[in-house]
Amino acid sequence: MAWLVVRLAISVSLLYAASAVFEDQVGKFDWRQQFIGKVRFALFDTHSQASKKLLVATDKNVFASLNSRTGDLFWRHVDKTGPEGHIDALLMYGQDAVVVVGNGRLLRSWETTVGGLKWETVLDTGSFQAAALVGVQDLVKYVAVLKKSAISLHDLSSGSQIWVENLPDSDSVQYQTIYSGGNGVVFVLGVVPNSHIVIVEYKIEDGEIMNKKSVEAVWMSSLESSCAVVSSGILLCVDQITQSLYTLPLQSAEQTEMRQIHLQMLDLEVVSGFRPVLTSTQPNPAQPPLSEFFLQLSPDHHILLQFIDGLIAPLRDFNPSYLAAFATSGERTVAAVMSPKNDTACSINLFSADTGRRHLDTTIIYHMDPNGGKPNRLYVHAFLKKDDSVGYRVMVQTEDLTLTFLQQPGRVVWMREEALADVVTMEMVDLPFTGTQAELEGEFGKKAAIQDGLLPMVLKRLSSQFILLQAWLAHLWKLFYDARKPHSSVKNDVTIDILSRDEFNLQKMMLMVTASGKLFGIDSKSGTILWKQYLENIQPNSVFKLIVQRTTAHFPHPPQCTLLIKNKDTGLGSLYVFNPIFGKKSQISVPALPRPVIQTLLLPVIDQDYAKVLLLIDDQYKVTAFPSTKNVLQQLQDTASSIFFYLVDSSQGKLSGFRLRKDLSTELIWEVVIPTEVQEIVAVKGKRANEHVHSQGRVMGDRSVLYKYLNPNLLAVITESTDTHQERSFVGIFLIDGVTGRIVHEAVQRKARGPVHFVHSENWVVYVYWNSKFRRNEFSVLELFEGAELYNSTVFSSLDRPYAPQVLQQSYIFPAPINTLEATLTEKGITSRHLLVGLPSGNILSLPKMFLDPRRPELVSEQSREENLIPYAPEMPIREEWFINYNQTVSRVRGIYTAPSGLESTCLVVAYGLDIYQTRVFPSKQFDVLKDDYDYILISSVLFGLFFATMISKRLAEVKLLNRAWR
Amino acid sequence: MATIRILSRILSVLSTVTLLWTQSGECNNGRRSGDAVDTDFSGFSVPLEHSFEVDDVPRFHLRGALQLRGGRENSVYLSQNQLSEKDRSTLKDVAAVDGLYRIRVPRVSLQVDRQTERQSEGYLTTFVRACSLVESHLSDVITLHTDVSGYIIGISIVTIPGSCRGIEVEDEVDLEVFNSTISVVAPVTAPAPETAPYIERMEQEMEKKGKNPQEQKSFFAKYWYLILGGAVFLMATSSAQTPPGGAREQS
Repeated sequence: MAWLVVRLAISVSLLYAASAVFEDQVGKFDWRQQFIGKVRFALFDTHSQASKKLLVATDKNVFASLNSRTGDLFWRHVDKTGPEGHIDALLMYGQDAVVVVGNGRLLRSWETTVGGLKWETVLDTGSFQAAALVGVQDLVKYVAVLKKSAISLHDLSSGSQIWVENLPDSDSVQYQTIYSGGNGVVFVLGVVPNSHIVIVEYKIEDGEIMNKKSVEAVWMSSLESSCAVVSSGILLCVDQITQSLYTLPLQSAEQTEMRQIHLQMLDLEVVSGFRPVLTSTQPNPAQPPLSEFFLQLSPDHHILLQFIDGLIAPLRDFNPSYLAAFATSGERTVAAVMSPKNDTACSINLFSADTGRRHLDTTIIYHMDPNGGKPNRLYVHAFLKKDDSVGYRVMVQTEDLTLTFLQQPGRVVWMREEALADVVTMEMVDLPFTGTQAELEGEFGKKAAIQDGLLPMVLKRLSSQFILLQAWLAHLWKLFYDARKPHSSVKNDVTIDILSRDEFNLQKMMLMVTASGKLFGIDSKSGTILWKQYLENIQPNSVFKLIVQRTTAHFPHPPQCTLLIKNKDTGLGSLYVFNPIFGKKSQISVPALPRPVIQTLLLPVIDQDYAKVLLLIDDQYKVTAFPSTKNVLQQLQDTASSIFFYLVDSSQGKLSGFRLRKDLSTELIWEVVIPTEVQEIVAVKGKRANEHVHSQGRVMGDRSVLYKYLNPNLLAVITESTDTHQERSFVGIFLIDGVTGRIVHEAVQRKARGPVHFVHSENWVVYVYWNSKFRRNEFSVLELFEGAELYNSTVFSSLDRPYAPQVLQQSYIFPAPINTLEATLTEKGITSRHLLVGLPSGNILSLPKMFLDPRRPELVSEQSREENLIPYAPEMPIREEWFINYNQTVSRVRGIYTAPSGLESTCLVVAYGLDIYQTRVFPSKQFDVLKDDYDYILISSVLFGLFFATMISKRLAEVKLLNRAWR
Repeated sequence: MATIRILSRILSVLSTVTLLWTQSGECNNGRRSGDAVDTDFSGFSVPLEHSFEVDDVPRFHLRGALQLRGGRENSVYLSQNQLSEKDRSTLKDVAAVDGLYRIRVPRVSLQVDRQTERQSEGYLTTFVRACSLVESHLSDVITLHTDVSGYIIGISIVTIPGSCRGIEVEDEVDLEVFNSTISVVAPVTAPAPETAPYIERMEQEMEKKGKNPQEQKSFFAKYWYLILGGAVFLMATSSAQTPPGGAREQS
């Protein structure tokens, strides 16, 4: 019987928690965008003319095929992160793409149409140097992989290893490149820096060394960057110190010295400090490369040269030119060169490679985004037109990782913002009111009411009502107009101008900060990028912190966001202030930050323009206020004694608290030192400032109330032991009051190890750790209660809470690894909370907080049933219907952001990683919204029916009464 | 009056000593922490210093001595001096300007054997509003927090009651003697998932179920009517379908 009750209780509780998307709701309020990252290799499928495939391999270890007409993904393979999945080389021949992965660990061949794996070979150990396709008699049959000390040849169709040979003297010679011209031999080129070049010639059939020679080259330090093979096996190198080109026929046995050609003889000069780059092209791996090549002499100077009969002749000088690339279609090879046109545009032209003559009518104008970066890579797709002339399309990659695909005469076919593959931090900002809403708002503004008398107010009211009517009519007209148009052409025209807050504030502006330093403003409803801004000169290891200083709520003042950009090494920071709706940089003067910033603090103090005050604390504990008007400084002086902040120095294990003084200096008031020999601080988290807690306590089974310990200043500090032995390692949890430094609770999770993910909210902390003894992930929840009575029910002060809270804790097994953890957030905090768990599989699990309740009883009692507590079960369930993103998995989910909407039941969720996924969750179901399939007709017909029935029956009753009265 | 003051100064009464886990108290005030090699169980003492200044620049001076004792059950005594006349008036002045009353202890380990290898480097400080200390008549609760290995990592002080209501404390006597409660708190071990009791409970449930005769019926015993009904239905449908099939076979 008890078992039945338990099961009943569980099933009842599940009824509460069930929250899945119906099939017809798919894509209604959610969207996903998939990204690939910074492109390192890009190859166009030139196998057939009609092919739309574009193969890319990126620095995010993604290998994907893009549709070159739309920019959409055909397929995408996401490999392991880090060096294990690093893509070293991408080669393509026909339908096959050969990829070397993980520093030469794996050799894979992919079928490019559907993205299926054809074969995979594990290579011998050794660090990867180069890979090349090897052809014999016009047929490409093999792929050669060069490692630090060995070369191996693999069959292209099966991946089986034909032979592997150790390289001679591999400990002294750095072998760097492979070359094969299709004549039965493979050349391996190595260099002893500043001494000589080694050329080893292998026979393709059996790997026999045919020839080995060393050529003196004292000036050379590296082969890869300064050499290329041109024409029929001529090694060509460039050196900026001697300002010369050097040539050497690879096959000739007699020549033991490189022939030097001074660049002066060609009237050329390398700009000092620039490393010249040689670019040659080998359209068919089974044939020797072309005799034409590019030489880049400075960042904006390329020259097309030709090597004929031992002589080098310039074909065409491109000065200025940013980028140059070769492309081949059929038998014809062309060169595309991008040159600056004016300040905002570049022109790309096509030249025939063998003569250097410009093809007519081949100009593509590339408009540079004023808010974007400079172009830095050019990929050309050449094709033969029907009239046998060469047509082409180009893909331009810029510094800010934008991929732009262009066709003649400069039409942008598609664009991808690959910076979004690496979102660092984000915020959501309410959209502004429309003009009419703002008009109404302005009417009741403070200033207006004081200045105007009664009559003007009435007139104002009338005029604003008229404007509203006008807007409504316009809206109706638009609805009518749109209804006549075909459905497909109506959507997808979101622009900043028409953006306005919707009734329930469900549509917001997503601000995304990416690692490359590009900011994005994205419409949360559709995922459309509304603005983007590239911040130049961002160090690659910068840390970003995004702060919303002024929301949209203060109408005449534009909303204001501040981005703190901090260099991780030096700690020096800078501020970038902008309007989050339009992305425009604000004109407000920004304080200079000469010293490293170690802490930032957003105060609830606002200046006369309603911007919240941001305090920046530098390494000498000096405080800079932004904005720092007189008004602000006055307010800070008045409230200084109640402004406290904390600093964390994890290298010394020190947490310290400071108080602001009236003169904006600071004083140390508390210190907690956790010895670093035993454990180190890995994370410190406070609570979210915009969090609301609706209920102060929990009603127990016996109708008494257990009050929550709601300390807004509480910090959760997580430590990990330095001892990593599985029996002795532990995770420490400290709950510290950020004002007084009082350690409210201190617990140790034994036999546990990181990475620890945790959420700190309301009166609870949930953390996930790895149990090193049982080798599983475990969840633990801490809840803090004041007890049956509140110490001070009106106001919370850290300085006046003498009694320590009761702490309850319980742990559970979680049967999956996790990537990230976040809690839902709603407007008023009435809705029950869910935890959003980002799983490595790409799913996002919405786990009811109800399951993580330390008061879950071992044995069911009358009281626990009354309280709706689920009986304790050590294992946390994972239900498929709790995946809020059904099949829209988010690759490598790194963070989840939650924001409240105007509806209490609804929480907006954005999960980001390699992909971005936006949706809404309803932790307690949509209790404040009518269902989509609500039967309006039925309810209204019943209503009307009842109404008429009452009318008729009333009439009948009257008649009857009358009749009776007559009787 | 003057004599009383002198007397109180001379006597320097050991005020309040609170003992959390009862252990025989052995008084060795003067022992330096460093030379305690053979006294694993007799503990050592560290100074507890306090500071309250009207200009709010900390100048710490001795408040009392903490007798710490490591081992399995950490314990602590506090022997402290009375506040002098001057201190009392300063404290009242500090309370009047809403200044802070700070205390600090050196960073030490309760494990005596570790003392030698790690001399105290720096202090752990905390504070309480001076007014609340005055209004509570010097009733404070001091807690020392240690980490898993016994290092003191933090100190906290609260007064009971903790509020500042602006009550005038007239009597000098109320501010003479500290009424302190002191304790050492070590981290608690967080619970791991409790699988064993759960499994036990499950087994009990199963047993209960097993004993219940109603549940013990076999599959056929329980559902014989359904199976029979199904069989009859199947037979009926198949017999209805056979004639056409059979006819075809014949032809």
